Amino acid sequence: MTDTLQEEPLLIAEGLSKSYGRQLGCRDVSFELYEGEVMAVVGESGSGKTTLLNLLSTQIAPTAGRVLYRMRDGVTRDLAALGEAERRLLARTDWGFVHQDPAMGLRMGVSAGANVGERLMAVGWRHYGRIRGSATNWLHRVEIDPARIDDMPVTYSGGMRQRLQVARNLVTQPRLILMDEPTGGLDVSVQARLLDLLRGLTADLKLSVVLVTHDLAVARLLSHRITVMRQGEVIEAGLTDRVLDDPQEPYTQLLVASILPP
Amino acid sequence: MNAPVYNFAYLDEQTKRMIRRAILKAVAIPGYQVPFASREMPMPYGWGTGGVQVTASILGPDDVLKVIDQGSDDTTNAVSIRNFFIKTAGVRTTTSTGEATVIQTRHRIPEAALGEHQILVFQVPIPEPLRFLEPRETETRRMHALADYGLMHVKLYEDIARHGHIATTYAYPVKVDSRYVMDPSPTPKFDNPKMSNCAALQLFGAGREKRVYAIPPHTGVESLDFEDHPFERYRLDGTCAFCGANDSFLDEVITDDRGGRMFVCSDTDYCETRRSQSGAAETMAEASVPR
Amino acid sequence: MPVVLELIAVSKSFTMHLQGGLRLPVVAGITFSVRSGECVVLAGRSGIGKSSVLKMIFGSYRCDAGQILIGDCTPRTDVARASPRRMLALRKTTIGYVSQFLRAVPRVPAIDVVAEPLLGSGCSREDSRARAADLLHTLNIPESLRSLPPATFSGGEQQRVNIARGFLPDLPVLLLDEPTASLDAESCAVVTGLIAEKKKRGTAIVAVVHDETIRGRIADSVVDLAQFATAA
Repeated sequence: MTDTLQEEPLLIAEGLSKSYGRQLGCRDVSFELYEGEVMAVVGESGSGKTTLLNLLSTQIAPTAGRVLYRMRDGVTRDLAALGEAERRLLARTDWGFVHQDPAMGLRMGVSAGANVGERLMAVGWRHYGRIRGSATNWLHRVEIDPARIDDMPVTYSGGMRQRLQVARNLVTQPRLILMDEPTGGLDVSVQARLLDLLRGLTADLKLSVVLVTHDLAVARLLSHRITVMRQGEVIEAGLTDRVLDDPQEPYTQLLVASILPP
Repeated sequence: MNAPVYNFAYLDEQTKRMIRRAILKAVAIPGYQVPFASREMPMPYGWGTGGVQVTASILGPDDVLKVIDQGSDDTTNAVSIRNFFIKTAGVRTTTSTGEATVIQTRHRIPEAALGEHQILVFQVPIPEPLRFLEPRETETRRMHALADYGLMHVKLYEDIARHGHIATTYAYPVKVDSRYVMDPSPTPKFDNPKMSNCAALQLFGAGREKRVYAIPPHTGVESLDFEDHPFERYRLDGTCAFCGANDSFLDEVITDDRGGRMFVCSDTDYCETRRSQSGAAETMAEASVPR
Repeated sequence: MPVVLELIAVSKSFTMHLQGGLRLPVVAGITFSVRSGECVVLAGRSGIGKSSVLKMIFGSYRCDAGQILIGDCTPRTDVARASPRRMLALRKTTIGYVSQFLRAVPRVPAIDVVAEPLLGSGCSREDSRARAADLLHTLNIPESLRSLPPATFSGGEQQRVNIARGFLPDLPVLLLDEPTASLDAESCAVVTGLIAEKKKRGTAIVAVVHDETIRGRIADSVVDLAQFATAA
């Protein structure tokens, strides 16, 4: 039983804060995320969880604090110090972002195959046959009938669009996925299917995930760790089952008590 | 009655200076779209105002100007623009590609190879090759700045998925000097290879969109494609009914209402030159359709 | 045999903030150790905190004070102070847990529920499924049920799936919470057999078993939590 935990964290948030004038987005959020860990960020509206996600993906800049990321070459860099070209390249290869509304994460005007293949083409794939082959493979993995590869996403149902968005993100084998309420707005049975898929894929591909959700059941199903936020502050954090089974803070206890029993 | 007096080539000198500066910048960054303060011209947008402004800025009294539209010297637009410059600049004009020092063209590149002493000015409607896939100017500018061109291949991918081959036949996107992706204006893709390593300077003007771009002489220009769907030059299968050429870009001319048709060279000067060279005057006499 | 698990003065209470901060003491001063190949059974009346102790060892409950030391060589890991990352690694490599009730992910077939922990530690899908099938067979779960999600199974069937899931990986420490509570005599015998096998292979086991007979068959020592009981 020797200690083999030598790896460096993949993503580090250090004292992340964001305020919009006097309006607080989030304050002093810190955590370390390792490869293969799924961390849920839960909270009600106004908790700052979406702000946190946008800070992590560098869509907005922090008022204080840093986001550090371990690149594929093993060097940990401050994302704010990266040039825009580097950041865009990371966003296209090493990271994924699954939006709540799939239309925001897809190109609705091009076929499903083109949507999945775009990232490959962006990193220099130039063989049509191989691009299409990879797209077909990924459609299959997210349980979309590959015969629909040439259909436009407008012809897809909500659940299918969301799965297409997942495929589009995973095609370059990213190491970190950020998800913003991926099951929001979907019918319950459709949600269930998507959750199963996400659960399987994150385990198979050893993805690190930061998953923003207001649904504690989704957090329990998908995540290893959980961070509870309220009005911009981190209230409690730790192992998902520990926080949900033995909540320490009053707010966490309130949240857990509010879950409707099945 | 006093006729209006124009400055040489219509534009005032300060405007010409401004456009020349934009042209210099464009030449220094091959394929990059340089914004310029496009002026109101005495022809509406969509009629070649960009090309006319570029020509006006570079024309000197000793220049010999040729103007073509779809390869022909005597279509309405070519004639109008040529007359415009005769009136405002008084320069010598010609229909001969070899004799011209400045050639303004709409939608074709002449068949004859161009020389180092010549400048080819293209009329461009929409300069941004990514526009149809990405409507935001802010985003396309960033894509060019970061050489983020995956989207361009998405368009070609869609073509192949939909039609089995790259269906773009004109305005076929190219990469200039291995850096910027450019729209060569609506010239047929047949003409794309002529842009690469051309001895002449090629200038592109878009009046409505207010952009100028350039390919300096002897610059590499590659048409975008896929490894397993390489770029193909497309040409109608036929020979010119007048001069017998089987290597020039052909126009299809309908001759009657019973499906009769013939193919003729789109580049009228090329066709005429070939005919006069081979002394095929009898062919011309026999042609029933006037040019 | 070396001590692989040691609890020293472990204490816990619940503070119910929603009930005005009411404090419910659970356990205090728990101290015992377990060796490789040994089975320690926790005893005491219902509600005394036996399951809570198991959950603290597994990291599902927070330990307020004291130490829970895992390992047979220094430095030993203190679960009470372990980071989430360390805890996740421990659960993969060192500590297994069979809860009292199966908390199955809906829609996942029984065989995959059982195979999942093996998959997580790098075993191939075919291999883990094959071994899962074997163990389910030993526990008398018929093949027809293996491809069905356990949600519709009977209590006893669910518990046997739960046991299979906990027993399949080969972990040095195994925590069992009433493993035979909903089982008939035949299944009980199978389970006690499995426990004996684990002990022979050197697994250290901490179990909560209230049935005296079963306790007699598996326990090497009994820790009565009443000796640590806090004042009500």
